[in-house]
Amino acid sequence: MSVFVTQLFNGLSLGSIMLFIAIGLAITFGLMGVINMAHGELIMVGAYATYVVQQFFAQYAPQSMDYYYIIAIPVSFFVSALLGLGLEKSLIRHLYHRPLDSLLATWGVSLILQQMARTIFGAPNVAVLPPEWLDGGVHVAGMVFPYKRLFILAFVAVSIFALYMYLNKTAAGRRIRAVTLNRDMAACLGISTQKVDAYAFAIGSGFAGLAGCALTLLGPIGPTIGTYYIVDAFMVVILGGVGKLIGTVLGAFGIGLIGTLTEYSTSATMAKVITFALIIVFLQWKPSGLVSMKTRSLD
Amino acid sequence: MKRLKGNGLKWLSLLLCGSLLVLSGCAASSAVDEAKEKKKESSTSETSDTVKVGILHSLSGTMAISEVSLRDAELMAIEEINESGGLLGKKIEPVIEDGASDWPTFAEKAKKLLQKDKVVTIFGGWTSASRKAMLPVVEQNNGLLWYPVQYEGMESSPNIFYTGATTNQQIVPAVSWLLQNKGKKFFLLGSDYVFPRTANKIIKAQLKAEGGQLVGEEYTPLGHTDYSTIISKIKDVKPDVVFNTLNGDSNVAFFKQLKDAGITAKDLTVMSVSIAEEEIRGIGGDVLAGHLAVWNYFQSTDTPENKVFVEKYKKKYGKDRVTDDPIEAAYFAVHLWAEAVKKAGSFDVDKVKKAADGIEYKAPSGTVKIDGETQHTWKIVRIGEIQPDGQFKELWNSGKAVKPDPYLKSYPWAKDLMN
Repeated sequence: MSVFVTQLFNGLSLGSIMLFIAIGLAITFGLMGVINMAHGELIMVGAYATYVVQQFFAQYAPQSMDYYYIIAIPVSFFVSALLGLGLEKSLIRHLYHRPLDSLLATWGVSLILQQMARTIFGAPNVAVLPPEWLDGGVHVAGMVFPYKRLFILAFVAVSIFALYMYLNKTAAGRRIRAVTLNRDMAACLGISTQKVDAYAFAIGSGFAGLAGCALTLLGPIGPTIGTYYIVDAFMVVILGGVGKLIGTVLGAFGIGLIGTLTEYSTSATMAKVITFALIIVFLQWKPSGLVSMKTRSLD
Repeated sequence: MKRLKGNGLKWLSLLLCGSLLVLSGCAASSAVDEAKEKKKESSTSETSDTVKVGILHSLSGTMAISEVSLRDAELMAIEEINESGGLLGKKIEPVIEDGASDWPTFAEKAKKLLQKDKVVTIFGGWTSASRKAMLPVVEQNNGLLWYPVQYEGMESSPNIFYTGATTNQQIVPAVSWLLQNKGKKFFLLGSDYVFPRTANKIIKAQLKAEGGQLVGEEYTPLGHTDYSTIISKIKDVKPDVVFNTLNGDSNVAFFKQLKDAGITAKDLTVMSVSIAEEEIRGIGGDVLAGHLAVWNYFQSTDTPENKVFVEKYKKKYGKDRVTDDPIEAAYFAVHLWAEAVKKAGSFDVDKVKKAADGIEYKAPSGTVKIDGETQHTWKIVRIGEIQPDGQFKELWNSGKAVKPDPYLKSYPWAKDLMN
């Protein structure tokens, strides 16, 4: 029983991480149709931003080292968002409606960003030490739920909620949705689609930065961190159904749960194979993913 | 539209003709170049007062992390030899090539070094895949390769000298030590490729023979980062020891998540075979503190030679840099080769190989000696505990250098592994 609960928790936790790495992509790929291969590197930028904030605190404010992470969250969001904005203005905007070209161009960008990280921070991984208040975990009936995982779950929940409110309750968010549904019609109604594209891309990039900030708690921070997660991110978005955020949420938790539950009875390699096989079968049956969008402009 | 098409065709045919011309021009000029090159080579190799050696490591790509520092160590050794007057009256001139973390490139560059640059020996490689790619090339060209990294054993090529540990100089003594000091129940965790699978095959045979017990065996894809499920399994079977053959970044994720799950080095010992000082920097000494690793050399190894070595390395490459086992093995490989050349009185590969048997050198890790039969080196084995500052505290060492035994011939329990 306790094994099952632990695995369920691990599945939710893995799902939340999947969701975090995919949510930014769901905006740039799902809503805007840009195949952004540099999404992983935007995650990397967020992770390195966290590292820089940590170094900054260690240097200038060692007494408040415990709180560096609180500062690192907005910093990683804005650094990645700004980079995303620059990327959109200089490159992506010329490639809307040319998905294959955007794939190649952004892949080039990802290589450039990786190499830049190597030049600035060196090839080996850097150590990001989590704040002390995230050490340890909650003990319940012989099980341990690490604070970091709980924190990430909450972090993801808050971020998704904020994104949902932004897209549905604010004027700017509604404009993004209008452009997604029908770009030409939205333009006719006086929405500046160029502006909307830029903001949407920046927000998507910002969420990649947040994901990077969260990943520093769990895994390695190196120039190639993005390449580990980029395939998973696309997998989640495609399984969820392009263009729907709720599909991304379902896809992420689905993959997380299936992955951890099969891994317990088989092995890590096998679990990956089984998860991929299930996704392939599922997409044969429902090519548009878990939740499909009903709009003429996407057909 | 039609006119455009016609125009396009015309352009295309023009382009084709043009490129054909250029190509044929290139071919002609490259033939000339080759002839020139040949002339130059035959003249230089006779009269020059330098001798070329090849250095072939991944200076780009995923393995660059580890291999750049091996190149640095080899260059330092070459510089030392040159400063002390060179070798047989000649200065050593390194020819550096980039294997780019790509195994076919390693084979190609090794061939280039041997055939075009006519190097007298190559120092290079890190992964077993890169070694296996270079092996047929050095054998066919009767070249010489010095390979400086611990590996899975079960190999000895007449054209390769192995200065890293083979299994009986690292894994086998570590397993025996763990059985005596930490407990019988072993959990094996590795990355899913040839080294961990071969290593674990050996460990399983040894556990059977020496009274250990296997309670779990897991492999994860290279680059895997979620270890929560495996940690659940570890908690479930309660091993005394986790024998860790994970490679690369996965180690960071594994150790961070192990600590989060509330498992410290006091509860459970993790013994690693590919985490050295260089890797600890990226994982964080705090996260790893108390866990163990087995090597032949630590930066903290207390010998007079090592004090000089570490000081010199840091002075040359920066005080943030650390030395570790493969770096040391790459460094003394150059010196061992030089000693063999001196004894042979020649750079000729066959003569050097013959002379190499029994050659000794006072390396930073202690005296190392070439075993002529297997072309591996005798080395001291050391087990160290990782300290929060990222250095090792030595818990045990083998006292004297251990004879290399790549095929584990002297271990009765390893008989069935050969097939």
